[in-house]
Amino acid sequence: MDHDEPGVLMSFEESRSDLAKNVLSLGFDLEQLVQENKLRIDHVKIERSEIEETGEYDLDGLFIRLNHAIDSIGAKRVVLDTIESLFGGVENLGLLRSEIRRLFSWLKEKGVTTIITGERGGKTLTRQGLEEYVSDCVILLDFRVIDQIATRRLRIVKYRGSTHGTNEYPFLIDENGISVIPITSLKLDYRSSTDIVSTGIADLDNLFSKKGIYKGSSVLISGTAGTSKTILASCFAIASCKRKEKVLFFSFEESVNQLIRNMATIGMDMEPYLDDGSLTIHASRPSLQGLEMHLLVLHKLLKDIKPNTVVIDPISSLISVGNSSEVRSMLVRLIDVLKMNEINAILTSLTSEAGNNLKDDTIEVVSSLADTWIDVKNTPHEGRRKRSLNIIKSRGMGHYNDPMEFEIKDQGIVFDQQYK
Amino acid sequence: MKNEETWELRLYIAGQTPKSVLALGNITNYCNEYLSGKYSIEVIDLLKSPQLAEGDQIFAIPTLVRKFPQPLRKIIGDLSNKEKVLVGLNIRVLKSGKD
Repeated sequence: MDHDEPGVLMSFEESRSDLAKNVLSLGFDLEQLVQENKLRIDHVKIERSEIEETGEYDLDGLFIRLNHAIDSIGAKRVVLDTIESLFGGVENLGLLRSEIRRLFSWLKEKGVTTIITGERGGKTLTRQGLEEYVSDCVILLDFRVIDQIATRRLRIVKYRGSTHGTNEYPFLIDENGISVIPITSLKLDYRSSTDIVSTGIADLDNLFSKKGIYKGSSVLISGTAGTSKTILASCFAIASCKRKEKVLFFSFEESVNQLIRNMATIGMDMEPYLDDGSLTIHASRPSLQGLEMHLLVLHKLLKDIKPNTVVIDPISSLISVGNSSEVRSMLVRLIDVLKMNEINAILTSLTSEAGNNLKDDTIEVVSSLADTWIDVKNTPHEGRRKRSLNIIKSRGMGHYNDPMEFEIKDQGIVFDQQYK
Repeated sequence: MKNEETWELRLYIAGQTPKSVLALGNITNYCNEYLSGKYSIEVIDLLKSPQLAEGDQIFAIPTLVRKFPQPLRKIIGDLSNKEKVLVGLNIRVLKSGKD
């Protein structure tokens, strides 16, 4: 309909009102389209019990209905959903097959684009083996559950006369309809900015030779529990807000209110930015949906909000929803997407307490992708725990190599000594 | 069954195809034989009035629809199998009830 081509929907399963009701929740207003003469819905109901078959017949009735529907609004597109229910309605399958074949060649001659839906069969792609002879393009939809998390995927099985992606692509259905994102990583051809942005903490900026981080780079903040990763990330976010940029904050552990309250106690007031719309916090449980879904949600939000900075706190909690190879591929794509859009990415990652934190799963994955890696630590020192921060790497600039001790005070993060 | 009600039958065809002609001939014969004088057959040519196909949920041609008596029955095909048509329309049962 976006292409302003009128269409005919011939439904064999759902009645017109059911259909209209069901897709309304996805943002399609069928009734309106019908009134504008852009859509015609024809519900073909076949009651096996009402019908007797004697002798020869053909499906001209269906042809004529369809023809009438197409001509009445000058349709360019036709949807047949699900034509296989015809097989349940009649006895003479051989005849039905040849008639359906005739139907498709007739539709092709009429020059309309046709979408046929069919149920997947045990061995063949469709239960009645229709696709073999009728279609130019086959798209396979699949709803799979892996580790209790379900993801819808689609795959283009064939497409005559065109190249196509051959992988399975996850897709998302929400109130705005369907969105699909490619699963494979993009080429490494994004532009790199030489602009510098502040981390939000002047002392931290000073640790980098360029007095900040590159715009559009990705920063990994790793640390064990309670090492103020979220605070650092929030500093970045607020700094970005202060630059009148848009910020998208994914919080996978704290709710929006909790985050605001906690940051307010150390003098970081996020509320005004929330109110003026520059800060968007998206809080959800990682296990709410599959990884692909998280990625899709992120994609959608990126498109809607067009943020300059994205914070994901913490990225390690996504591990809980998938196995590490999946997480890896997702993170790669995620960072790719952010880089393509020249978005500053702040990723926090929880590492295990058990010493060897550099070998952690997420760390391993993300550290190679991140441009800047800051490790925060709590070290016991004379009975107290001392907070320290260490820049492990920062691509394209020099940086301070020693651990920097800092404290969390009422007014935020304060460094103990100045870097000269 | 001593009713004087008229059977209302409707035959949907698409042009004067051999199948349609055959179907019309067949049903006329059966009706004359079993429902003499109390039937009406309305022939609807979908080529001329395609909008009527939706109302009776026609998908195959030819289709015979029994509008009355209720319930609605449909028979698709050229109606060459007399036995099946009569069973389908419930004519045989009526006749035996009458005897």
